[in-house]
Formats: sequence, structure tokens, C-alpha cells
Amino acid sequence: MGVGYGFMSSHKSLEEVKTMLAEESAHHGGGHEAATTHAVDAHDNHGEAAHAEADAHHGDEHAKHVQHQLANRPWSALYVAAFFFMMIALGVLAFYAIQFAAQAGWSPVLFRVMEGITAYLLPGAIIVLLIAVASGTIGHYNIFVWMDPEVVAHDELIQGKSGWLNLPAFAIRGLIFIAGWATYRHFARKFSLAQDEATDNSNFKRSFRIAAGFLVFFIYSESMMSWDWIMSVDPHWFSTLFGWYVFASMFVSGITVIALITMYLKSKDLLPFVNDSHLHDLAKFMFGISIFWTYLWFSQFMLIWYSNIPEEVTYFVTRIEDYKLPFFGMLVLNFLFPLLILMNSDYKRIPWFVVMAGLVILFGHYIDIFNMIMPATVGDRWFIGIPEIGSILLFAGLFIFIVFTALSKAPLLAKGNPYIKESEHFHY
Amino acid sequence: MESSKVIHAIYTDDDVLMSAVKQVKAAKHHIEEIYTPFPVHGLDKAMGLAPTRLAICAFIYGCIGLTVATTMMNFIMIEDWPQNIGGKPSFSYLENMPAFVPIMFELTVFFAAHLMVITFYLRSRMWPFKSAENPDPRTTDDHFLMEIPVHNNETELSDLLKETGAVEIKLVDKAH
Repeated sequence: MGVGYGFMSSHKSLEEVKTMLAEESAHHGGGHEAATTHAVDAHDNHGEAAHAEADAHHGDEHAKHVQHQLANRPWSALYVAAFFFMMIALGVLAFYAIQFAAQAGWSPVLFRVMEGITAYLLPGAIIVLLIAVASGTIGHYNIFVWMDPEVVAHDELIQGKSGWLNLPAFAIRGLIFIAGWATYRHFARKFSLAQDEATDNSNFKRSFRIAAGFLVFFIYSESMMSWDWIMSVDPHWFSTLFGWYVFASMFVSGITVIALITMYLKSKDLLPFVNDSHLHDLAKFMFGISIFWTYLWFSQFMLIWYSNIPEEVTYFVTRIEDYKLPFFGMLVLNFLFPLLILMNSDYKRIPWFVVMAGLVILFGHYIDIFNMIMPATVGDRWFIGIPEIGSILLFAGLFIFIVFTALSKAPLLAKGNPYIKESEHFHY
Repeated sequence: MESSKVIHAIYTDDDVLMSAVKQVKAAKHHIEEIYTPFPVHGLDKAMGLAPTRLAICAFIYGCIGLTVATTMMNFIMIEDWPQNIGGKPSFSYLENMPAFVPIMFELTVFFAAHLMVITFYLRSRMWPFKSAENPDPRTTDDHFLMEIPVHNNETELSDLLKETGAVEIKLVDKAH
């Protein structure tokens, strides 16, 4: 426990630093906007000088458009980072529920680590929803263009979807998703703690039942959440595979974070009961789900690429033309790299190897989310600069702070779990 | 090679077999072979067998499959009879690659899987019309057989094996 408090305090100070950094970035974002206006003016003048006969009105419109895109950047940067860390917690929660529903025998030694990570879900998801709603209320529709009534008035396609895509419905759906996830998380944690001291397995049985129920709720709510929170940034475009695709991304990021935190705690001698077979299994999941992610990514990409229907293919045209490096770089990071690095069975047991692979996978999936949001909001004015890095650090700090606080609140071995003995002796 | 004598010790339980293997190894005897009706988890490690190199073969076979698929598709679809794929007549392999990925994947798996199985059979000295090497048909049902070569230490070995829980111990002349 003492060490746990040590973590807490150290991360608190880190957290403060990170908040400061993020504030700086927000200022910077503001400054950027001001600078933008200048740049845009200059651009305008330049345009007028060069093409005296050019349509001045068009130039104005374009400048306004670019200005809006630049104003979108700090919003989107914040949103991408917030979503990325929320998604890790949600992926871990799904993984955790699957362990219970499948009555897995190998993983109970990792349950407390998973419970710690899922503690971030409630605050993280609320922050994502708040940013989304704020962008449509106090912001200038900086993330979701369909929140702008003026845009909708001139857009028949969005009008047709307005029964689903409107601000109150968006907020209510978001609250329902979050309430469902947080309720499951609350009771799962409660039963898990109660099971530690219990004499029978009634808490475990209840845990099993709510896990099964949660997974049904999750697969629907996760899919709808991905339409709402990500896919609707491009309100004209849709893909029926999108929910699964986002799920694969969150699942592999979540498992990677479980592995990273487990290895960190083990290196501090806090998890003596975790052996290299557990690490091996987590690394196998990282490897397998990375390939699953690629499979879904490619399934979505190939059909749209092949059929080449303008309204669908525009999604990938934007990404390939303006986002060549992150778009193809992400494939290398998320597929080729884990495929080649984690293929060898011995490498999956070497902690520093898995840590390096895990960091690359996490970076790759951040880029994945970046590629989902940014092309729709900032267009070709993207860069991974101070707003993006500041936001990542802010949410990384918050994530680490909340997760390690939760970890320090309970013993790290779920000793009452009926499978704990099997898990401790797990040997591959 | 001259004819040598071996001891066949028969066990009826895989857990007993495992502990017997450990005891025999601890007494520094060489175990020639073990016949079991099903794979016994951890037996290879207990016997001290070298780890399998089949995975390396599988990787090489997969690379061969990927190469074959790429070369084949490039010849068929691009060079020999250029095709207009998906309304995008670019006639370049790279630009049409998404259409070829499923075949590249399938042939990678096909080559890796089939060649790996064939390699495994050959390495295990199993091929068509080969007569069985199995010394006792009961090892295909519910018995486990451990084969240990004898170097004039017959009684010592028999005592040790009896201690480990062998239900039957036979001295066999193995003609080579």
C-alpha cells in the first residue's frame, strides 16, 4: 500500500506538469488561431494580387474555410486524445467481461490490473461526451459539422439523417452508453472485491451473469457509439463495418495497456504471482488482435476501393491524398510491425521486447483514431504538433493518475476468485 | 549396428509417466523413445528434447507462398493479359494490390500449412506404405511405453523403473 501511495503522489506531480503543458497548448491553440487570421489575410492578399481577375468571393470563402479548419485543430486534437484513452479503458472492460463470461482460468491474476484500468472509463467517457457536446454548443461546431443548423439547412443528406443526428439525441444516447458501461463496471468491481472475503461463490456467479449481460449491451452500444462519436464527423459517409473496426482498435490498445501496466507493476515486485506465461498470453492477444484489426481495416478498405462509388470512396481519397504518411504509416505500425516482431514465440516472453512492441502498437492506434477524426475536421491542415502532443500528455497523465489511484485501493491479487489457483499455476 | 538390448516399461497413467520420466532423467539414464496414445503436455521438455524448428520452416514456406502468389498474379493479371480491375485500368501491380491481397494471403497460408504438415510427416519418418514402428499395440489405446537402452545395467534399471510405477517391464532385443 505504501508503494501504491508512492505511485499516487509521483503521478500527481507529473499530472500537474502535464496539465500545465496542456494549458500552454490551449494558449498556443488560441495564439495559433490569431496567427491564422493573419496568415489567412496574407493569403487572401496574395491571392488577389496573383489572380486579379480571380473570383474574390471564392477566395474569401476558401479563406474562411481554412480558418475554420485551423480553429478546429485544438478541438480535434483534444478530442482524439480523449477518445483514445477512453477507448483503452473501454477495450479493457470488454476484455475483462469476456474473461468472466468465458470463465477463463489463466487470467484472474490480472483482474485487479484490469479493474484499475477500467476505473478511467467513467471520467474518460464523460470527458469525451462533454468535448463533443461543447464543440456544438460553446464551440463553433468544431468537430461535428452536422451540429451546425446552417449546414444542415443546406444539406439534404444530413436533413435525412437528422432524426438520429441531432444534439439532444446525441447527448442522450451518449449518456445511456456511459451509464450502461459504468453500471457494469461498478458492480463487477464490487462483486470482485466482495468475493475476496466471501466463503461461497455467489459473488462470482453474479459477476458471471452481469458480464454476459454487459457483453450483449456492449456490442450494440459500442457500435452505436462509434457511429455517433467518430463516424458522424463525416456525416455523408457510412460504413457498416465501422463499429467492429473501432472495436478491434480499442481491444488491441486495451490489451496492450494491460500488458504494459502488468509489466510495470511486476518490475516493482508488486505482482510476484504473474509469470511469463501470462505475459506470453497477453502478447499472443496483442499479436492476434493486431491481425484482426488489419483484417477489418482491409475488409472495409477493399470493398470501398473496389466498388469505387464516389460517395463512399471520397473517404479514402481524402486520406490517401492528404494523409499519406499517417494512413500508410499506421498500417506498418499496426500490422507489419506486430506481425514480424511478435511472431516468434520466445520474443513474447521478453518484457522489454513486449514493451517496445506495445508502445509502437499504441502509437499506431493513436494514429488510427487521428486518421478517423482529423481529415473531416481539419482537412489537409494537419500536423502532430503541440496541440496534439499536449492533449496526449494531458490525458495520459489523467489516465495514469486515475488508474494507479484505483490500483492502490485494493490488493493486487483477487484472492477469492475460484479460478485464482489455476491462474497462479498457469503454465504454458 | 550391432543388436542392442532395450527395456520396455509400460505405464497406465500420464501423470505417473511424467514423474517416471523425471526420475529416470534424474538418475542420468538416456530415454530412447516414449510411445503414448495421445500427446502428453510437457513431455518433450521433461525428456530434454531440443525445441522444434518446425516454426522456422513454416515461416519460410509462408514467404515462398507469398512470393508465388505475387509472381503468379503479376504474370496472369498484369503482364500476360492486362486486366481492367475495378474500373481503374492502371496496369500496375502495386496500384491494383488490394484486389490481390486475398489471394496473396490464401496462398501464404496454403503453402505454410501444407508444406509444414508434409515436413512434419517426413521428419517423423512417416510416409505411405511404411510399416509401424510401434512396439506394442496397446500404446495406441491406453498404455504408455518408455524405451530405455541397456548397457549391462539391467537389474539396476528394472528396480528403478519398478519404483517409478511401471506395471510391466520387458527386456527386448532390438535388431538394427
